[in-house]
Amino acid sequence: MEQVIREQLLHMLENNSKLTEHEIAIMLGISEEEVQREIAGLEKAHVICGYHTLIDWNKVNDDDVTALVELRVTPQGGEGYQKLAEKINAYPQVVTLYLMSGAYDFLVMVKGKTLKEISLFVSGKLASIEEVQSTTTHFTLTKYKELGVSFEAKQADERMVVTP
Amino acid sequence: MREKLSQKVLNLKSSGIRAFFDMANEIPDVISLGVGEPDFDTPWHIREAGIQALQSGKTFYTSNAGLQELRAAISSYTKRKTGLTYNPENQIIVTVGGSEAIDLALRALLNAGDEVIYLEPGFVSYYPCIKLADGVPVPIRLTEENRFRLKPEQLEAAVTPKSKVLILSYPNNPTGAVMEKEDLEALLPVIQKHDLIVISDEIYGELTYGVKHCSIAGLPGMEQRTIIINGFSKSFAMTGWRLGYALGNHEIIEQMVKIHQFAVMCAPTISQYAAIEAMEQGDGDIEAMRESYDQRRKFLYHELQRLGLPCFEPQGAFYMFPNIREFGLSSGEFALKLLKEEKVAVVPGDSFGECGEGFVRISYAASLQNLKEAVNRIFRFLSRYRT
Repeated sequence: MEQVIREQLLHMLENNSKLTEHEIAIMLGISEEEVQREIAGLEKAHVICGYHTLIDWNKVNDDDVTALVELRVTPQGGEGYQKLAEKINAYPQVVTLYLMSGAYDFLVMVKGKTLKEISLFVSGKLASIEEVQSTTTHFTLTKYKELGVSFEAKQADERMVVTP
Repeated sequence: MREKLSQKVLNLKSSGIRAFFDMANEIPDVISLGVGEPDFDTPWHIREAGIQALQSGKTFYTSNAGLQELRAAISSYTKRKTGLTYNPENQIIVTVGGSEAIDLALRALLNAGDEVIYLEPGFVSYYPCIKLADGVPVPIRLTEENRFRLKPEQLEAAVTPKSKVLILSYPNNPTGAVMEKEDLEALLPVIQKHDLIVISDEIYGELTYGVKHCSIAGLPGMEQRTIIINGFSKSFAMTGWRLGYALGNHEIIEQMVKIHQFAVMCAPTISQYAAIEAMEQGDGDIEAMRESYDQRRKFLYHELQRLGLPCFEPQGAFYMFPNIREFGLSSGEFALKLLKEEKVAVVPGDSFGECGEGFVRISYAASLQNLKEAVNRIFRFLSRYRT
């Protein structure tokens, strides 16, 4: 498959994973089999790593708390950061993990039901990892946008109904 | 009061779209595929440039032809896209939308009784603008068999000793037709033989699919006799900013600036500042929007075929122009019934000239979700009227 078409396919799925293979095939002007084969290949190669639904949990219940935790760790050589990342990754509370440039090393997004639960997790688990020197925890107050999508409902089409 | 009014204006019919709009507007929850504008918001960085202009007090008139900086930006954009060179000093005018540029070009060129050849189906403004400039409108009726392209024989047949101007409008609203280089080249002998000036309305020039837009101005001997009409509305999703431009021979542009200066002074200043950003940093936006239109074009074309609605495959703009003759209804009746019974708004083809009768214009500048739902409704509708 051409790289341009492959990227288009990935963009389409990234924006709307509910598109069917049939619809994707029509919109890309290729066969449905080709779409199936390509998606299967991309899944196998772990280019497509999962299919998610973006949910604003705050509209569902009140026990959704998110924190961003900055971790400073002792300098690592070789595969040190990778190993450490695997260790942090293993906790189901960790939803996002990045290695950063700048004043700290890891940025960890942690989800929990209460502030207390997260605080306990940070102090009890993250801070007690041997290589972790310090942690700074920031709790999120409001989520406005995630993965390029605004949590505010898109305003209605303001165009006139019929124009030349 | 009527006797006080201009006979010329009284004689103009108001656009058929207007009447249909009034009806469509009264019905709630309509899925509109009747809109002649993009469904994207203006890209944020362009809006931001407008905001910045406003904040820094760019609230005064600009020079009549438009900001020097914008004309320079238009010149290099045009060079980049078409290879054509227009001098920002005297070959470019910034107008209030492409529509004003059409009006200015016609008024600058026509003397009473000059004939203007234009294409139907086509944009609704050509006929009235020709009339208002005291010209004589001479339509050429394009056919579906020719994929709504203009053939040299058709042009030759329309020419008389009074012919002065040919208006070309490709990519075309409402059909989505394009003219490729060979098609345009075939017209050159006729245009040159009869010494016609061409007004080439290329407002949809950025929106072609599978073919690259070709401007007739770039063909041998055509640069001096062509006025290109273009604008920001369609390619940059900037309809409400009301900004277009014309490019061409400096003697024609000079006269256009004269009319423009007395009629509107200059195009809106804030829009002009935003447009500089569009010209200089907007290529990526165009690319992304074109890709999205193309996906929806393919989807809708496939769906119309599935419904058995005959339609030639459009390669430009964001419209489809299916043939609805099998239902024994006029375009107007078809559109009205579809609106009332299934709440889907499309535009009757005869709004774009007599030969648009038997067709409707469907815009796919609508969300995929709405297109899907509209297709379901159209399917129900067609099943009822199929015997």
